[in-house]
Amino acid sequence: MNKTMSLEISLEALIAGDRAEFARLVDAYSSPIYRLGLRMLGTPQDAEDVLQNTFLSALTHLPKFEGRSSLSTWLYRIAANEALMLIRKKKPEINLDDSQTGEKDEGLLPTQFVDWSALPEDELLSDEGKKALDSAIETLPESMRLVFLLRDVEGLSIKETADALNLTETNVKTRLLRARMLLREQLSTYYGERIAREERQ
Amino acid sequence: MTDHAHTNCEELLSSLSAYIDGDLGLELCLELEKHLAGCDNCRVVLNTTRRTLDLVHTPLEKTDLPKDVRERLFKRLNLDDYLSQKS
Repeated sequence: MNKTMSLEISLEALIAGDRAEFARLVDAYSSPIYRLGLRMLGTPQDAEDVLQNTFLSALTHLPKFEGRSSLSTWLYRIAANEALMLIRKKKPEINLDDSQTGEKDEGLLPTQFVDWSALPEDELLSDEGKKALDSAIETLPESMRLVFLLRDVEGLSIKETADALNLTETNVKTRLLRARMLLREQLSTYYGERIAREERQ
Repeated sequence: MTDHAHTNCEELLSSLSAYIDGDLGLELCLELEKHLAGCDNCRVVLNTTRRTLDLVHTPLEKTDLPKDVRERLFKRLNLDDYLSQKS
């Protein structure tokens, strides 16, 4: 969705200060940026702050946009920074130090081997199932969660994710693997318990 | 369950993400598939990781921007004139 929309937006018009074009940019990217804020901060109010600050910052910096990355990557970079800044302000107890997350081996080795992959779709997508997925995503460490959200939820490429977060591609791949493994592990625990519960009934 | 060396599991699982994304070199790909054919646990990990990603793609994309949030955003950006233009 975003790629098609971004193609229709004229960078030239944006840089020239065309308000209508900027409004189109806002409409093209406000949903994914709001989602990112919601997933990173956890409340609608904070997500709205991330959203507003992202576009205010974009408006200020657009005249200096050099096109070294795509417009969407540039916007995601601003949004990620806004989200991290707000986390630092609101939750100073959280350690965002990159060396603390994503690089260590912990969490990679699976311990749950229940095969729930063949469960019917309506069971997996039930309200309870969605809630399990939501809380699993919430528990990912922040810097790992950002990589996961940009790559797996919003569909950016490894390179775009690396550009947006100022990471190497290797670093993105490492964090992505850990994030996916952690989520799988948590969902496996959840569905394992659920399958066992149903078997007892 | 075959009696393959489980010491390989961890090493091969580190390629799983790239394998799912179709981003793994041919040699490693073949090695991983050979391992998967004989390792029930790793196969479960692959299947459930794929399913996890399927689920991620389904429910989250539906979270669109609430109307009132869009209105406040446009006002904050002095874009009130363009509020009605969303398709």
